[in-house]
Amino acid sequence: MAKVVAVTGNEAVAEALRQVNPDVCGIYPITPQTDMMQRYASFINNGKVDTEAVLVESEHSSMSACIGASAAGGRVVTATSSTGLALMWEMLHIASGDRLPIIMPVVNRALSAPLNIHGDHSDAMGARDTGWIQIWSENGQEAYDNTIQAFRIGEHMDIRLPAMVCMDGFIISHSIERMEYLEDAEVKKFVGEFKNLHPLLDLDKPKSYGPLILTDLFHEYKRAQHEVMTKVKGVVLEVAGEFEKLSGRKYGLFESYRLEDADIALVILNSAAGTSKDVVDAFRDRGIKAGLLKPRLFRPFPYEEVAAALKNTKAVCVMDRADSFGGYGPLFMEVSSALYQLRNRPALINKIYGLGGRDYLPSHAELVLNELDGIAKGGKINVFKEYIGVRE
Amino acid sequence: MASGLTLKELSKQEDRFTHGHRMCAGCGAPIVVKMVLLATEGPVIAANATGCLEVSSCISEYTAWKIPWIHTAFENAAATLSGVETMYRSLKKRGRIDKDVKFIAFGGDGGTYDIGFQSLSGAMERGHDMIYVCYDNGAYMNTGIQRSSATPLGADTTTCPAGDVVPGKLRSRKNLTKIMAAHNIPYAAQASPSHWMDLIKKVQKAHSYQGPKFLNIISPCNRGWRSKTNDAITLSRLAVNTCYWPLYEIDNGVTKITSTPKEKLPIADFMKPQGRFKHVFAPGNEWLLEKIQQEVDAEWEKLQKEAKCG
Ligand SMILES: Cc1ncc(C[n+]2csc(CCOP(=O)(O)OP(=O)(O)O)c2C)c(N)n1
Ligand code: SF4
Ligand SMILES: [Mg+2]
Repeated sequence: MAKVVAVTGNEAVAEALRQVNPDVCGIYPITPQTDMMQRYASFINNGKVDTEAVLVESEHSSMSACIGASAAGGRVVTATSSTGLALMWEMLHIASGDRLPIIMPVVNRALSAPLNIHGDHSDAMGARDTGWIQIWSENGQEAYDNTIQAFRIGEHMDIRLPAMVCMDGFIISHSIERMEYLEDAEVKKFVGEFKNLHPLLDLDKPKSYGPLILTDLFHEYKRAQHEVMTKVKGVVLEVAGEFEKLSGRKYGLFESYRLEDADIALVILNSAAGTSKDVVDAFRDRGIKAGLLKPRLFRPFPYEEVAAALKNTKAVCVMDRADSFGGYGPLFMEVSSALYQLRNRPALINKIYGLGGRDYLPSHAELVLNELDGIAKGGKINVFKEYIGVRE
Repeated sequence: MASGLTLKELSKQEDRFTHGHRMCAGCGAPIVVKMVLLATEGPVIAANATGCLEVSSCISEYTAWKIPWIHTAFENAAATLSGVETMYRSLKKRGRIDKDVKFIAFGGDGGTYDIGFQSLSGAMERGHDMIYVCYDNGAYMNTGIQRSSATPLGADTTTCPAGDVVPGKLRSRKNLTKIMAAHNIPYAAQASPSHWMDLIKKVQKAHSYQGPKFLNIISPCNRGWRSKTNDAITLSRLAVNTCYWPLYEIDNGVTKITSTPKEKLPIADFMKPQGRFKHVFAPGNEWLLEKIQQEVDAEWEKLQKEAKCG
């Protein structure tokens, strides 16, 4: 039986972790994640879980310790934000290269400089090429649900990859929402016992982790990583199906919102999708066929499915809460790659919004949808990539 | 297992770091690793920092390690092993493992004194049950003999080359053994492969304590030291007998010199067989040799005083 609660995103994810009760967790403070693992530490010290924590001296060591713990053989979690994720960068590649299913909530925050503690997606977008699965969440409920599902996805015997669960810093991590918790026993059963694969702690069959591999086999090793990524989509959907049976909440590779007959559409991640959906509704009320696509699985990116979902639109704007300076926004690059395969493609523009926690307002969505409406009706594209919500 | 402390007894034991590794002939590091593992009874898991030892001991499908072994990166052997050890404690607590396991990290001086310093300090402070072994060859050898904070004063390396203006390294070594002892860990010691009995005893003693332990072991590198390939043991003995590398331990805060040279030799005896110090003996650089000797003497004096105080 679900329990209805009013909690913050951080609280909800900490609760999901408590219900899973992993073997080892790495803990290190960084705003806006701090409060999540702080809560977890208090679960440990109050006997609510029996996880062993490693109270590391940096995120680099946190990920290193998580890698050691995961290779040793067991379920491992940590959480981070922003520069903490950036400091882990080297080790993120090693976690995925060693095929270790570490689960890591990432509370998205801007990267320095200038120093800024608020939400944007620069951190996780910077980690998109590290070989981790990335699952993005609009609100606290999704962050909670995605965290629970991430264990099943990353630890799946056909996958064995680390996974990040992303949610917006402050906007989600620190706002109280109504949501539903599953029962402890339900989560435990859903996630299941951790299954080991080549654990270091199998003392009778010693293994060497982390060899030097040069030109002879490195390329093949990396192709294997590519190949396993192609299987992730199927597992995500399978796990989502089971989760729906348990919770009644439906998840896919992305969410399509009023997209079936849409002429214009926004593609937008995480919390800003919520704001945008209201504006889409308002446009629909005015008779304009607007829709929205909210990616959930960003790595691996579901190119074919996204293309299919957008193929009948006339104009699409990809909204990025991160920039690849000198290039388009990171989400734009994915969506345009997806659409390229279509014979008839919608017009495509890119807006950068909300960096460093800048508010994303309904008026911003309105402006963009109006622009798309003009383009869809035969208007010209003035500029492909543009910052919106800028103080001039 | 390692009970007898005679060479004969030890030679009967199975090597847990075995043939097939690709370290240079005459390298000190594999000797150090073999001795440390010979002195280790029962199941053991090792972590290794990137460096000569690591790149030469586990390549593609081949490994020289007959024990569970993990390498992840350069600066984090201590953090990586702290994760392995934490998982072990967690699974033991949860009844999923019953054996007693020991944990040893191996890192070069670059991976220990420099880039891995923070990770090492953190692991020691957190109290993980492990021995961290630094095989100190006094430079970043794997990348081609670059200076580290363990490189001795005066040495020629590729980043502090002995040139016409600057005669090699002008800074002194970091005293890492004492820094580690200052973490108030139960045991920190310096050892040398030349004094194998002393080394093995130190490893055994370290294992006898619960918690973090640190061993700094001198490890001659004939490539970087520009010495003969059959000189590893001779040079490590000279390092001890010149008091460049005193053998001592800090056992629960009590400093003890474990082997005092019968006759303290001049530092030049250690330096002369090594090409990296050749320029120090050239006319005009007498001051440098003098400075090096003074430093060795001062450090030795200080250590003796500390040992007297206990
Ligand atoms: C983060 C990072 N920086 C630099 C390197 C390059 N690197 C690999 S091994 C090494 C030198 C290792 O020196 P040391 O720890 O003294 O071990 P040795 O090779 O001398 O045995 C360096 C600089 C690296 N692998 N990772
Ligand atoms: S370069 Fe030096 S440390 Fe490296 S393997 Fe050769 S002798 Fe050993
Ligand atoms: Mg070295």
